[in-house]
Amino acid sequence: MGTPGEGLGRCSHALIRGVPESLGSGEGSGAGLPALDLAKAQREHGVLGGKLRQRLGLQLLELPPEESLPLGPLLGDTAVIQGDTALITRPWSPARRPEVDGVRKALQDLGLRIVEMGDENATLDGTDVLFTGREFFVGLSKWTNHRGAEIVADTFQDFAVSTVPVSGPSHLRSLCGMGGPRTVVAGSSEAAQKAVRAMAVLTNHPYTSLTLPDDAAADCLFLRPGLPGASPFLLHRGGGDLPTSQEALQKLTDVTLVPVSCSELEKVGAGLSSLCLVLSTRPHS
Amino acid sequence: MTTEVGPESEVKKESDNLGADTAKEKPKDEGKNQENQPSDPEEGKSSQSLPSADRRQRSPRHQKREKDPSESRGISRFIPPWLKKQKSYNLVVAKDGGDKKEPTQAVVEEQIVDKEEEDSLPEEERQAKGDAEETAQRRQLEVKVEVKEDKPSTSVAEPQPVKEASKEREEEKEEIQEEKTEVAVAKRETKEVQTNELRAEKESQKATKKAKTVQCRVTLLDGTEYSCDLEKRAKGQVLFDKVCEHLNLLEKDYFGLLFQENPEQKVFNMPSILDLPWLFTFNVKFYPPDPSQLTEDITRYFLCLQLRQDIASGRLPCSFVTHALLGSYTLQAELGDYDPEDPGHDDLSNFQFAPTQTKELEEKVAELHKIHRGLSPAQADSQFLENAKRLSMYGVDLHRAKDSEGVDIKLGVCANGLLIYKDRLRINRFAWPKILKISYKRSNFYIKVRPAELEQFESTIGFKLPKHRAAKRLWKVCVEHHTFYRLVSPEQPPKAKFLTLGSKFRYSGRTQAQTRQASILIDRPAPHFERTSSKRGSRSLDGTLIGVEDQSLMKEFSGPAEEAFAYGPGVVSAVGVQVEDSRRDVRSPTKALHVQLSEGKKSSLRVEGDNIYVRHSNLMLEDLDKAQEDILKHQASISELKRNFMESTPEPRPSEWEKRRITPLSLQTPGRKGDHLFKDILPTKEKPQMATAWAAEGGAEEADKKRSPESEGPCAGASDAVKSSHETLNIVEEKKRAEVGKDERVIIITEEMNGKELSPGSGPGDIRKVELLAPKDSTSLSSESSSSSSSIESEEDDVGEYRPHHRVMEGTIREEQEEYEEAEEEPGQAVKVVEREEAVPEASPVKQAGASAIPVETVTQENVVAPKLSGEKSINEGTIKQALSEETEEEQLKVNGEVSRVDIDVLPQIICCSEPPVVKTEMVTISDASQRTEIPTKQVPIVQTETRTITYEAPQVDGGAGGDSGTLLTAQTITSESVSTTTTTHITKTVKGGISETRIEKRIVITGDTDIDHDQALAQAIKEAREQHPDMSVTRVVVHKETELEEEGEE
Repeated sequence: MGTPGEGLGRCSHALIRGVPESLGSGEGSGAGLPALDLAKAQREHGVLGGKLRQRLGLQLLELPPEESLPLGPLLGDTAVIQGDTALITRPWSPARRPEVDGVRKALQDLGLRIVEMGDENATLDGTDVLFTGREFFVGLSKWTNHRGAEIVADTFQDFAVSTVPVSGPSHLRSLCGMGGPRTVVAGSSEAAQKAVRAMAVLTNHPYTSLTLPDDAAADCLFLRPGLPGASPFLLHRGGGDLPTSQEALQKLTDVTLVPVSCSELEKVGAGLSSLCLVLSTRPHS
Repeated sequence: MTTEVGPESEVKKESDNLGADTAKEKPKDEGKNQENQPSDPEEGKSSQSLPSADRRQRSPRHQKREKDPSESRGISRFIPPWLKKQKSYNLVVAKDGGDKKEPTQAVVEEQIVDKEEEDSLPEEERQAKGDAEETAQRRQLEVKVEVKEDKPSTSVAEPQPVKEASKEREEEKEEIQEEKTEVAVAKRETKEVQTNELRAEKESQKATKKAKTVQCRVTLLDGTEYSCDLEKRAKGQVLFDKVCEHLNLLEKDYFGLLFQENPEQKVFNMPSILDLPWLFTFNVKFYPPDPSQLTEDITRYFLCLQLRQDIASGRLPCSFVTHALLGSYTLQAELGDYDPEDPGHDDLSNFQFAPTQTKELEEKVAELHKIHRGLSPAQADSQFLENAKRLSMYGVDLHRAKDSEGVDIKLGVCANGLLIYKDRLRINRFAWPKILKISYKRSNFYIKVRPAELEQFESTIGFKLPKHRAAKRLWKVCVEHHTFYRLVSPEQPPKAKFLTLGSKFRYSGRTQAQTRQASILIDRPAPHFERTSSKRGSRSLDGTLIGVEDQSLMKEFSGPAEEAFAYGPGVVSAVGVQVEDSRRDVRSPTKALHVQLSEGKKSSLRVEGDNIYVRHSNLMLEDLDKAQEDILKHQASISELKRNFMESTPEPRPSEWEKRRITPLSLQTPGRKGDHLFKDILPTKEKPQMATAWAAEGGAEEADKKRSPESEGPCAGASDAVKSSHETLNIVEEKKRAEVGKDERVIIITEEMNGKELSPGSGPGDIRKVELLAPKDSTSLSSESSSSSSSIESEEDDVGEYRPHHRVMEGTIREEQEEYEEAEEEPGQAVKVVEREEAVPEASPVKQAGASAIPVETVTQENVVAPKLSGEKSINEGTIKQALSEETEEEQLKVNGEVSRVDIDVLPQIICCSEPPVVKTEMVTISDASQRTEIPTKQVPIVQTETRTITYEAPQVDGGAGGDSGTLLTAQTITSESVSTTTTTHITKTVKGGISETRIEKRIVITGDTDIDHDQALAQAIKEAREQHPDMSVTRVVVHKETELEEEGEE
């Protein structure tokens, strides 16, 4: 189990999935996705992969894009990973459920213990799950239901799993994230603030919170690649995307800030938490 | 044994009275029938009238796990309690001589009634599973006994029944032993024996009139059963005390006796025993949030046993990995190091690590077990607890209920408040500070909660419980938990007013704060106790001596215990407890509480609908009065109260060992700092309200939080033998004679405490930041120290917890002083470079907060950190040119220290050698002393250190430190020892380049159980050193704090 909170962000590998051309046309899924500048989206995605690999020193695995799965790059919705366990989700959108297959395979190959949802009544988008290092919060949103959250609780029994009502179309992770082992960052929207207040009530642990002007800026990743004790990074949306939040992010002085951009993919609902999965192959070492 | 023959007839008699029908069964059948018998109520009943003494030693759990039923009755393991009983019986017999038999009858009858009651209750044990089995087994045992009883003729016929039997099969042996027990019991009953020596006198008077003693049986955490006779009207507390005494447990406030009406609900209760079934379970009642703060290993051991039960039963859910990890610590604690030779270490099917145990899990457990090599049982237990305490359901007492809409939920009472679960999800939480009132009416349970932010009114939330009793039980549990974890002292039960309705129940035991405080006073060698199957026994680190009598007792017990192991490996079995020891040591401080207890209880018996205002200590009272006041004020008052609290109740401090071992602990405190930091920083901008949102919650809980640093950090290692702390004061005094006349002073204060926290700090950057501020501040004398640290931390300065230790330190230093005087005969000359390394004394509140909270020092860490800090300092101050070379010197000094320590035994006195015994390491040191400075007579300004004003002055050094090593003229080592300190004085004289230099290095090793205040120790030592050698200067002071176990990390 490690030290509480200290397991947060520990990672050795990152998993991403290429942007299919079908996403550019906005037709692929027929789900009424807005058209994107495909080239830009792919460029940004490529840069993200580069940063993960070079800046953070992670082993990067890139799953090939699949045209039938336009939202495939948002693989953060397909799995919840903690320690050596990966819970393969059952995304709310039926069209997205096939996305989990490739991810499952990859995670399995990496040696993770795979847990399936099984329950036909459960829906769970991975980006509705916030792991703080000590506990889980699962957003009960448009995408994730109580049953889905319950399976999270069943899967990660060491940890408290609390449910947080999330209003509107957002996922929990698009409203808040972890800026450090004890720091919750959150956007300033009403939904985000509500979620954070709920979390503050539910937790037994003391967190501090940092409020950022943009909700999207709160969708950041606290990552601690490499050896224990190595300095942590915060992968966050850069000034090009969200200029007004940069100053506030500077307050997170204990992390090395690594800005990236994903303004194009954001149009289809992507955030940093959905564009990559990070994991450690030796979580208990 | 002397009484054996006599009572035989009585036994017979009794067996005649009892169900003769069952007596027909053959012993052989027993094994086969075991499965069936339990299901037969008739048999159970018929056997009820048996004196249950023979049952008391039964360990249902063992038996459950044992494969061979015929062997499962290894009674030998139960000998300890039996022997003990026997003893007291004999005593009493001698005393009371011939008494009438009447009372016996009464007793038997009562038992019958009682049992029927038991039976009539569908389930009264804690685990649905365990219940049936346990009961069944009890019955089966009863039957067995009867069977034996129809054979007494045999044993009577045998001249030496015991010996005979022992040659036969296990079964037979058991039988005979049981017989003996029986005999003893019968005898005791006829003789009207008193239950307890403690109360013997008092009761012997009453007893003659109406000795209504009843037998109580308590299932202990290791699965064994303890039974004793109690006066019928005795309070539960009496029984509880007896059990604790039996277990040799001093920190008993975390525990309680429990009886269960249904498997889901536990009730800790101690009403008059009169009203209860006579079967109790000894359990953990309040799970300590941080078990490392417990003073004694034996307490932790019992907590471990409880948690193992909780885990195996599924009450404490955890993941596969955690099951495996916890299981592996269990193995390490019970079996010791993994031993491939021992098949028992691979066949783990006798252990239960999880509710459903797979082969895979066992393999994983075995695999992890190998990693723990070298961990002592106590360490393994501690590790077990460190991991278990983080489980989300640790210490959560669940109660089934429905919410206002009839949805099934569970209410979890825990240290922090009330948790609401739906399925396995936490859907709401009410921290104690948020709860204004708890009440129940009929089967409804209500909490009144403080208005949320932006809300105007308090709201009351109701839950529906299955039964009235369940609601009341929940209510009581809440009252108890709240009082225990959150109040400093229990509330007095409300005074009876005219026509008052409602329960006057209040928790009247000690609160956690009180029990911690009391734990400081525990002053006994770590009790030796037998872990289940561990043959290594409890480790006593500081060489605690176990009394001779204890050892002899242990010998008596060890046989049985090992046999038990043979029967049921891995299963928690007999605990060898030292009877004598417990008698001696148990001063039940709770006695005074009995009165209160009983009051509360009586009233609680007659209540229907109750209200109670939960008052969150003083601070909550305040809140009630001015509930609408703004939060800031509230917090201020909290801090105020906090301070008072801290001052008034010194908390136990963890031994060094504990603290060091437990990393989360050290990480936690800085985290808290970071939190506050953030709270201060963040709110200013975007959302002040946001900050208050957390603060409201956190703020309200501040008391808790603030309490925790002291309680978590500095907890009473005081008397725990296993974790003695070991302090080393390393003072190096350097005398130098120099030609050039210049005065140099270098004072380096390395914030080792803080530094240590950072360096290993696996990350949390915010922490790091705060920490780094500290050294800076300290150098400039706290001018700006307050900026980052909240007032809370500075309040922590006021914690009086180090006080008691000051005295200790002063004592020890005085002794050192004498050493110094001796040393001083050395033709001492002059010069001063004052260099304090890692002086903890704080210049800034921030630092002290850190220090007081976490006086953990690890030598290895120190080495790592030091260079870093010094580097930083030189940056900051720019005046220290020499930081690095000093660092190296420090290390070398340590080497020296080590050497001189080796010399300790050899050179108990001052030895003047004309020919210096040259020691390599010394040479190194000397070469290092190349920082020649001169100026004899100038005094180091003492004030600076004492007032903690630190000035840095550039040392005048000749460039290549360590270049030429000079010539060693003399070197001598003086060692003296006292009880708790060893002082080694090392004097070397060298001539180098025309400068003669005398260097006195003094190493003081203070060994003790208690935490030692570094600040004090240092200040004292330095001061005295100066007084002793006014013509010399203190160049270096190094404090090491270490525990014995980790010494290897030092050099």
